[in-house]
Amino acid sequence: MWKFILRRFFVMIPQLFILSLIVFALAKQMPGDALTGISMDPRISPERIYELREKAGLNDPWYEQYGRWISGIIHGDFGKSYTHKIPVTEVIAERIWNTVFLALITLILTYLFAIPMGILSGRYNDTWIDKIVTGYNYLGFATPLFIFALIMLFVFGFSVGWFPTGGSVSSKVDAQTFEYYVSKLHHVILPALSTALIATVGTVQYLRNEIIDNKFKDYTRTARSKGIPDNKIYTRHILRNSLLPIAAFLGYEITGLVGGTVIIETIFSYPGVGQLFISSIGLRDFSVVTAIVMMLGFATLLGTLLSDIILSLVDPRVRVE
Amino acid sequence: MKGESVNNIQLAKRSPSGIKIIWQELKKDRLAFGSLFFLLILLVSVYIASFMMDQKAIARVDIYSIYLSPSERNLLGTDYAGRDILGQLIFGTSNSFTISLCITSLTAFIGLSAGLIAGYFGGVVDNVIMRAIDFIMSLPSTMMIIVFVTVVPKFTVTNFILIMSIFLWTGKARLIRSKTLAERELEYVQASRTLGTPHWKIILSHILPNISSIIIVNFTLNLAGNIGLETALTFLGFGLPESTPSLGTLISYARNPDVLENKWWIWLPAAMMILVLMLSINFMGQALKRAADARQRRG
Repeated sequence: MWKFILRRFFVMIPQLFILSLIVFALAKQMPGDALTGISMDPRISPERIYELREKAGLNDPWYEQYGRWISGIIHGDFGKSYTHKIPVTEVIAERIWNTVFLALITLILTYLFAIPMGILSGRYNDTWIDKIVTGYNYLGFATPLFIFALIMLFVFGFSVGWFPTGGSVSSKVDAQTFEYYVSKLHHVILPALSTALIATVGTVQYLRNEIIDNKFKDYTRTARSKGIPDNKIYTRHILRNSLLPIAAFLGYEITGLVGGTVIIETIFSYPGVGQLFISSIGLRDFSVVTAIVMMLGFATLLGTLLSDIILSLVDPRVRVE
Repeated sequence: MKGESVNNIQLAKRSPSGIKIIWQELKKDRLAFGSLFFLLILLVSVYIASFMMDQKAIARVDIYSIYLSPSERNLLGTDYAGRDILGQLIFGTSNSFTISLCITSLTAFIGLSAGLIAGYFGGVVDNVIMRAIDFIMSLPSTMMIIVFVTVVPKFTVTNFILIMSIFLWTGKARLIRSKTLAERELEYVQASRTLGTPHWKIILSHILPNISSIIIVNFTLNLAGNIGLETALTFLGFGLPESTPSLGTLISYARNPDVLENKWWIWLPAAMMILVLMLSINFMGQALKRAADARQRRG
């Protein structure tokens, strides 16, 4: 087992390396570097700028620049933000917990909806309840997240007014009080709910198919012929087998959430990393952009790794030698 | 003697081809058939209307008619520059659909080639292609597309289609590869190879027709998905350039809270148009999926 995890981990290293190369190449393509602001200044002579560039290492060959950049990242140094004038890590640190919090609530809500729906429609397939769930699935599959989120914001944020329409916390409450956390939760519910209601679709579909498949397996028939009550067959035998792959998709779910944050945080003006990414691109603050791409790229690679490990834990056949 | 045997072969009842089965299944599924019919009417009228209308007249700024609510002159009102929403909706629909179709076709071509080659030849080729696919799939694609769009020196519709395609062919290639792998082991392929048929001929005339139903299903579902993705990116401001209005452009006006709350006629019709397009394409896709899978066929 450990051998597999270790090997899978080593596969990730070249992937990270290529990712960093791509991000670095893109960063070099982006207009402007740390000295662009100064070189616009007519009071500073071009010779002096050249000197400064030389000193900052911007005239070195790309592999030396890359080496410095990557070793900085390994030591947790992403450079300085051009617009905020503080280290990139600090800019991101302000936002990252908002995003993690949003992702966590989204994940909880997703499974809270998906698992009961999947179980009901799988167990009672082809009944009215299954038809409702399947119909919902059809709609959810065809609805793009950003449109659903906009409509949710329009209805529950503006028309009915149950939820705030932006921000991550009300400015009227003090930090660290009970009201503060309630307000935080209040702000996160609508974006999380919008994502979760769309994200359930895949899990529901998969769980339903799994349960229907397992229903007719030999072990279920054996259990039934032994006289085990139906409820127990479902909870103890079928559900256990059907939930395993769902658990394994947790990592892929994280990968999907990373893509969604950009859209959902923009719509709900939620101050997280995704919104920071969009606003930094608008402000041409590329050191922040590269840091975010690098970080979230790492997060998705980690998510895939997590899924592969869980999958190999629950299903030994996956452990490729 | 020879003529007789040919006759015998023709007399043996031919099993219907994959595409014929799919068509018959589609006709049986009323929802899917209705969707197809509806989609055809919608698209034909949108394309004809966009040909008849003058795009320049629609794009003209008119400061005397800013944010008009729907009236007889502007059936769906006007936007912040006094431009007619209905006209933009028609152009947006045709642009969004055309571009999604281009992206889907291009990714289908790349995915199909990569999948067929990886699945058929196996070995090192397969390994290289699959590692590349695994890697691209593990990237945060939305962000990468946005970064590419910002970095690319000249941002045009063609470039946008190319950038999107870089990240979207992988799922299809994986699917085609697994189907090709299964098909390759079947006896008819082995037999054909023994007879000395060249590889390209086996791939194109034996394997390709046999996985055609999967390709059609996947194409339809991807088309719907790409409409959603293109409009979402345009909504964020990283999709089609402003000279080419998309449905996402209209919805992006709703990023202004005032428009979202009080001026529904600007963004809601475009949002509904995307929903209707994606739903009807998906209904068709799901029916095709059932048709392609013999176990789920309705008979």
